[in-house]
Amino acid sequence: MAAVATCGSGAGSPGSAVATASKSNVTSFQRRGPRASGTNDSGPRLVSIAGTRPSVRNGQLLVSTGLPALDQLLGGGLAIGTVLLIEEDKYNIYSPLLFKCFLAEGIVNGHTLLVASAKEDPANILQELPAPLLDDNSKKEFDEDVYNHKTPESNIKMKIAWRYQLLPKMEQIGPVSSRFGHYYDASKRIPQELIEASNWHGFFLPEKISSTLKVEPWSLTPGYIKLLQFIQNIIYEEGFDGSNPQKKQRNVLRIGIQNLGSPLWGDDICCAENGSNSHSLTKFLYVLRGLLRTSLSACIITMPTHLIQNKAIIARVTNLSDIVIGLESFIGSERETNPLYKDYHGLIHIRQIPRLNNLICDESDVKDLAFKLKRKLFTIEWVQDNYLRQERNIYPPGFSYLLKQKDSAWGEGSLQHSTFLMSFLAKATAFASRLVRHSEPLKQTGSGRIHQAAGPRLWHDGRRQEAPGLLGIPL
Amino acid sequence: MFVELNNLLNTTPDRAEQGKLTLLCDAKTDGSFLVHHFLSFYLKANCKVCFVALFQSFSHYNIVGQKLGVNLTVARERGQLVFLEGLKSAVDVFFQTQEEPHPLQFLREANAGNLKPLFEFVREALKPVDGGEARWTYPVLLVDDLSVLLSLGMGAVAVLDFIHYCRATVCWELKGNMVILVHDSGDVEDEENDILLNGVSHQSHLILRAEGLATGFCRDVHGQLRILWRRPSQPTAQRDQSLTYQYKIQDKSVSFFAKGMSPAVL
Repeated sequence: MAAVATCGSGAGSPGSAVATASKSNVTSFQRRGPRASGTNDSGPRLVSIAGTRPSVRNGQLLVSTGLPALDQLLGGGLAIGTVLLIEEDKYNIYSPLLFKCFLAEGIVNGHTLLVASAKEDPANILQELPAPLLDDNSKKEFDEDVYNHKTPESNIKMKIAWRYQLLPKMEQIGPVSSRFGHYYDASKRIPQELIEASNWHGFFLPEKISSTLKVEPWSLTPGYIKLLQFIQNIIYEEGFDGSNPQKKQRNVLRIGIQNLGSPLWGDDICCAENGSNSHSLTKFLYVLRGLLRTSLSACIITMPTHLIQNKAIIARVTNLSDIVIGLESFIGSERETNPLYKDYHGLIHIRQIPRLNNLICDESDVKDLAFKLKRKLFTIEWVQDNYLRQERNIYPPGFSYLLKQKDSAWGEGSLQHSTFLMSFLAKATAFASRLVRHSEPLKQTGSGRIHQAAGPRLWHDGRRQEAPGLLGIPL
Repeated sequence: MFVELNNLLNTTPDRAEQGKLTLLCDAKTDGSFLVHHFLSFYLKANCKVCFVALFQSFSHYNIVGQKLGVNLTVARERGQLVFLEGLKSAVDVFFQTQEEPHPLQFLREANAGNLKPLFEFVREALKPVDGGEARWTYPVLLVDDLSVLLSLGMGAVAVLDFIHYCRATVCWELKGNMVILVHDSGDVEDEENDILLNGVSHQSHLILRAEGLATGFCRDVHGQLRILWRRPSQPTAQRDQSLTYQYKIQDKSVSFFAKGMSPAVL
């Protein structure tokens, strides 16, 4: 095999407490407490690795995805031993950002990286990673315009982002931080010295495939076979699965595979509906998950599923992955002009969350999620939050309002409609409104009716005529 | 083992029927809680269980099993449970050449072969041990899940052949039971999966179908379970009996209630 492109002689994880266990058996799922619950019987000692934390629900070891908002939606983070599949957006603009945040989080935490791509040289990918925000400013909420460069006094009470007051202040020891989950500045590049201090391996397909040796006729494309062998080699050599007696590794391997399934990998599921190798990708995912389950690693894969011709393959791929997230950007679609989605760049769909070591999973109740890349930060929000914010700006509470319904983007009975109504009901003061704005009786333009007040509906010439807000009963 | 589900199915570990094929099917939701139920049910019934676990790792089933009251590690050591861990075996098959035929041999082959090595493994695991001592009541084969075999390159017909061979051996010859999980792809047109699902449901005695709610995600009702009793060997003179319940999965149990009678709603 061609020489593996490694960089740096970085050590594992300086700065944080790493308790080395005496046994070399490594499990993917470890728990606090004396009960052994891993794949092999592991020692009762708690192993603390930088950048990981046990899950609240089942004690599983989690790593951050690089986006704290996404971590929250996934129930705390990405579990070690699992695969995070990102279905790319149509023009592949935002999924590389998620991919890079994942890798940057690995560098900041001192994890080992394995970057595989068929399109770009992994060294170039690493150069383009976003810079972490490591000072206290990163804790403030950025969409409230509180971003400043001065170091705040630690005893100033934060009024807006008061939750962050409770987080421990972190020490700045070099590039490694002990915090779980960092914010990244998408407009700046990661400092060169961080990359050099990290331990990473790159797999660039055109380099590896040119030195084709004898390849067994398995029904996997040669690119996938080589990638699997490369990953397995790294896991064994660096001791992430505990089977190598010389290496006692207590670090996490973060694997990132870009554009898996695209024609550049030699796979034709994006080109033909019933290709010759239609099982290649699913077999690859299965063996990859087998490798991950028995090692201290987590994997992110971006896949252009919108290009896959055979929808059944997408369903199978989804079943074979653990977490599946779909990105849908608004560029070029009619949603770009929808006022509900103002300020947002796209929707984020959480399609699947795994049930690991448990009967239940951490499914979040919020389903309408949108993301935006605003002022260099990637944030994920509930769509209705934006809507309510807009409404509160235009209609301050304490007033009673009449609404002239024009042709708007809402229809009756839509979610936006009812949310609007509820936002008013929630804020209606008990004593009467201070100002009542009247308008002339409404002509029904649409089929929607927003406000039903006292006052009967009048039928006039066969057409409904409404006069909400007027107290007299004309006839 | 969920006591409420036992009541709905009208069985207990002591007096379960033998020679039956049960099909677990899930559409738009995760039906793996049924697999955990049957695994703990048959282990408590003192049966010899062969579990072909292709979907998750051993520790996952073990940890959930402990919540349900069975210890898989102990069962494996005692010889009551024969566990084929698909994920780990796939890695072994893929990276190291095996001398003797491995149950998951088909991963190395380019063309879709047949599942004969897997069947040999099952038969070897469940055959009655000579020596006279009858420690276990009857053998049980549990497969989680069959749709993974399709994803790994097998054809639907090859998988149906495998099920047929297993049924002849386990259900008819050894008077044991079989429990199989198949995903229902629903409106995604996965023809192979549909062939497989139809073929197995035609042969099964009991079908448990876990569906997501038609109206989408709900925090209090996780889905709907349809139970269908069938008699495949006899002509359908009697009508198949069918029941529908809704369920909510909790940490260690699953609660079932009639449609619309969720405690959250009442």
